[in-house]
Amino acid sequence: MDDTNKISPSELMIVAASRELKGNRTVFVGVGVPNIACNLARRSHSPEMELVYESGVFGAQPARLPLSIGDPTLVSGATSVVSMADLFMLYLQGGLIDVALLGGAQIDRYGNLNTTVIGDYNKPRTRLPGSGGACEIAINARRIFMIMRLSKRAFVGKLDFMTSPGHVDGGDTRRRLGMPGLGPEKVITDKGLFTFDNPEREMMLVELARGETVESVQAAVGWPLRVADELREMLPPSAAELEIIREQLDPQGLYR
Amino acid sequence: MSANNKLITMREAVERYVTDGSTVAIEGFTAFICFAAAHEIIRQRKRDLVLCRLTPDLIYDQMIAAGVAAKLVFSYLGNPGVGSLHCIRRAVEQDVPRPLAIEEYSHFGMVGRYMAGAADLPFFPLRSYTGSDLPAVNDLIRFVESPYGDGPIAVVPPLKPDVTFVHAQRADVSGNTHLWGLLGTQKEVAFASKKVIIVVEEIVDEDVIRRDPNRTLIPGLIVDAVVHEPYGAHPSYVQGYYDRDNDFYLKWDEWSRDQSTTEAWLDEWVYALPDRAAYLEKLGKGTLDRLSPGDLKADPINYGRYG
Repeated sequence: MDDTNKISPSELMIVAASRELKGNRTVFVGVGVPNIACNLARRSHSPEMELVYESGVFGAQPARLPLSIGDPTLVSGATSVVSMADLFMLYLQGGLIDVALLGGAQIDRYGNLNTTVIGDYNKPRTRLPGSGGACEIAINARRIFMIMRLSKRAFVGKLDFMTSPGHVDGGDTRRRLGMPGLGPEKVITDKGLFTFDNPEREMMLVELARGETVESVQAAVGWPLRVADELREMLPPSAAELEIIREQLDPQGLYR
Repeated sequence: MSANNKLITMREAVERYVTDGSTVAIEGFTAFICFAAAHEIIRQRKRDLVLCRLTPDLIYDQMIAAGVAAKLVFSYLGNPGVGSLHCIRRAVEQDVPRPLAIEEYSHFGMVGRYMAGAADLPFFPLRSYTGSDLPAVNDLIRFVESPYGDGPIAVVPPLKPDVTFVHAQRADVSGNTHLWGLLGTQKEVAFASKKVIIVVEEIVDEDVIRRDPNRTLIPGLIVDAVVHEPYGAHPSYVQGYYDRDNDFYLKWDEWSRDQSTTEAWLDEWVYALPDRAAYLEKLGKGTLDRLSPGDLKADPINYGRYG
């Protein structure tokens, strides 16, 4: 393989996320990598999957890669287009979303996310976008998958700001706080895949990407990492999956 | 002309309805963002406005760079699909060109605020904010006990802007408005606001509205003025009329990186031009042609004739 055929970190995450989405009927989608992952799932193993966007679109069938979640290509050919009030009240809070894909600038061991500020809120070093719909999505969607590049800057011991709750303080905190959704279930990164499948609901390494080791992953995580007893390999993308990504979903390579 | 003719120019609308210090909402979620109104507000050098919008987008980035705002009420501060809003970040991080107060929610919180404003409710309850730090930095996000014993629930207060500009495809001269595509919060913000300015691509006969009443998102009843401003949402888009100018959104990321290049853009594209028609002429037919979508028509439906 020459360099142009090398699998990029984004492609690895897109394919891993797409495979994890199998079996879900309704998926709440964001732009960029999550959007490509969902469209790959729909064009490969899950043609019946309904893509839901916070802009008010249910059952989108985008004919081109949307730059934003409000792209007109999401409207044309969709099953239904509703007001944002209906989307948040009836679809999200009504309990109709199986899984939502989220990301952020910072994540902690319980899958809590920061998309608001780096530094102090009132005098931020970096002002980030804020919640958008993420806070209520994190609370109400049945399950949450995170897609994020693994780095020590992002996987931190303590968030600068908690925008969207994951498992909060771990254990059964979510249930005690009365949150309808089950919270973060997977974190898909370019170096490995994590679950929260333990009583403490703490992020746990379960799959390693090729060429990575527990030590190399730990080096990019800001807390002592919990590791599953049996580590599996994150299977690389197939030729068919790469072809759909490169020729249909992102022919310009914007997200490579 | 009928007595109900509310047609005025954008210049008149801004002169008449936008006063210094007032609370202004120009909504539209990615679509229907009325840049024509924003540019006229900048041109008339309005000051100390409280700007409300879920996604401040380039429209408020430009207004805040021009110094019209004292405060921003919002839920997502980004250039959608591109990255940061550099002008608003400059205002928040460095007080340039002037300090900007912020009041921050989530999307559902902002939607709920408009709903409570529109329906004249004391607050709107929603399942959000639990565990989040947002209530700690915004005292207006609170929790109340359910009177039915279901535990605490987050609430947000009503938002009733002094004036809103709502862009749409078409309206009649009295402001009965057809809108299709991403509905966003156009209906909620219109019903919540004290004054409503409708801005449309096309003015149509009342008959056109009455032949498809399900498409009437906003009734003339709550409309104060109607402005006919084709391409008034560029570089945002209007479903079926023109595409989003994604190139502009990408280029703004470069232009807006410092205050001087931003001001040069404002000089060239806003202050130096008298109105939207001049903006479109400067933009050129090539750009407008590039943004023209092909046709994808819905099948006609039958409302039926009864009596």
